[in-house]
Amino acid sequence: MHPLLKMILQRIALGLFTLFAISLVVFLAVELLPGDLAEQILGQSATPETVAAFRAELGLNMPAHVRYLDWLVGIVQGDFGRSLANNREIAELISVRLGNTLFLACYAAAIAVPLSISLGLLAALLRGGIFDRVINIVTLSSVSFPEYFVAYILLLFLSVRMSMFPSIADFGSEASLLEMMYRTFLPALTLVLVVTAHMMRMTRTAIVNLLAQPYIEMARLKGASPARIIVRHALPNALAPIINVVALNLAYLITGVVIVEVVFVYPGLGQLMVDSVASRDIPVVQATCLVFAGVYILLNLVADILSIATNPRLLHGR
Amino acid sequence: MKIGVLKDAPKTAILGLVIILIYAVLGIFAGQIAPHGETEIVGMEFEQWGGEFLLGTDNLGRDMLSRLIYGARNSVGIALATTALAFSIGSVLGLLAATLGGWVDQFLSRFVDMLIAIPALLFALLLLTIFGTGIVNMIGVIAVLEMTRVFRLTRAVAMNVVVMDYVQAARLRGEGLWWQIRAEILPNIAAPLVAEFGLRFCFVFLAVSALSFLGLGIQPPTADWGSMVRANAALITFGDITPLLPAAAIAVLTISINFVVDWVLHCASGLKD
Repeated sequence: MHPLLKMILQRIALGLFTLFAISLVVFLAVELLPGDLAEQILGQSATPETVAAFRAELGLNMPAHVRYLDWLVGIVQGDFGRSLANNREIAELISVRLGNTLFLACYAAAIAVPLSISLGLLAALLRGGIFDRVINIVTLSSVSFPEYFVAYILLLFLSVRMSMFPSIADFGSEASLLEMMYRTFLPALTLVLVVTAHMMRMTRTAIVNLLAQPYIEMARLKGASPARIIVRHALPNALAPIINVVALNLAYLITGVVIVEVVFVYPGLGQLMVDSVASRDIPVVQATCLVFAGVYILLNLVADILSIATNPRLLHGR
Repeated sequence: MKIGVLKDAPKTAILGLVIILIYAVLGIFAGQIAPHGETEIVGMEFEQWGGEFLLGTDNLGRDMLSRLIYGARNSVGIALATTALAFSIGSVLGLLAATLGGWVDQFLSRFVDMLIAIPALLFALLLLTIFGTGIVNMIGVIAVLEMTRVFRLTRAVAMNVVVMDYVQAARLRGEGLWWQIRAEILPNIAAPLVAEFGLRFCFVFLAVSALSFLGLGIQPPTADWGSMVRANAALITFGDITPLLPAAAIAVLTISINFVVDWVLHCASGLKD
């Protein structure tokens, strides 16, 4: 088998195993409850009979490993069970909201990734200069801001003071793409500002480290133009770290989205999760947690595979 | 010696130290400095700035300035306690893993790997659903999650020291485990750990304020910056910047700490410009 293919298959197996481990953690965490789910929900005042009936309804009479397998098989078939709060199908609750959250994350990523990579490259080329220093201070500060601080500042200036964008990012079911992009511009911009700083810093570091390598010195000495050095010599080797940074930050987007969705009242998965935590709707929290973790692992997996596949040393055999 | 070090420090680091000092004084003497009580209702809701209430009043008619000052005690204090807890667990486990090696190391490392595979905020939300929201639960949950990062760093830096000849010598002459850790290893890994404490504090502080903002952390009526932003957020739609003040207080503190940590790391790595 080609070594590249073997490596990729290994990574996929590892990703599946991690997902399995997480499903186990998410399931077992509930077992830590003092008493069990039925007692927790019905409270102290419930009679033993009601607790027993409810327990039977939730299937809590069966041993934990049977319930775990049931739960897992259900999820693989797209059945997440029912919400405790409103008895609706969780799969149905999640599917629409996951779409919304992914839309927002992709929207932010489409702006943030090209922006931060080009700014990072620029900072690396002009390092030590005034541009580099300004970028350094700006990024260090924006890493230290709570997400909702950025969100509310944008809200205050762009929405309230200048009324350029709506402050509530809720769109109906039949909004056009352009309308959706306009309505979700502020949450997307918040996410862009939050992740760009980190991505840019890491891109800059990756390139600066590479530029110190002997083979870059060699290229410079033989008279290659700066643009050629960057594009032909440095970039192929810098791709792997840059891809990893991008994936790490996209994964961060997935969790950062929780706060931003709450600020802008965006009907996404994060908002659903926070509401469910507050009302202790455990099955919904488990399901959203698993879906988020799945997306997170998938992103990391894609990054892993891409960085292996673009590594020049692995592409050309010995 | 100490003064000499400070004289060479960059301006950003000095600014950071001064700001941290101001926060500490405000937090410790909050009761004396604040013009009104923490939960005392002193006026109408959402009063304007100026006059009796320098920064106006909040959504229940409590003095905003006083609550901001008390917030320095509550928010920072809770974040500090959480960081200290995360640090004691993480560094002790990390040192044990590095010194003992073998199956202890394997077990602890794999356990931490598993915790790190799940995004921290998601895991915190899951655990808070199970154990219920509240200050003690939040401190425990965040401490356990942040412990994993401290563990990894401590283990990594301690590993480099454990293989040194002087540690081997101490082991051969029969010193106990605790003595090896305290007298031989710890002094040599103190510098990166101190810098890490600053960075971890920033992460913990932001995590605590995020959870409080979501209404799942520090609960009212305790004055806390994260939940103060949420409680007064309605004012933003009227173009008032008051709700941004607590968020700014958080941002200024984390930036200052970052400045100082940057400088400490710079000194510790022995780099000169």
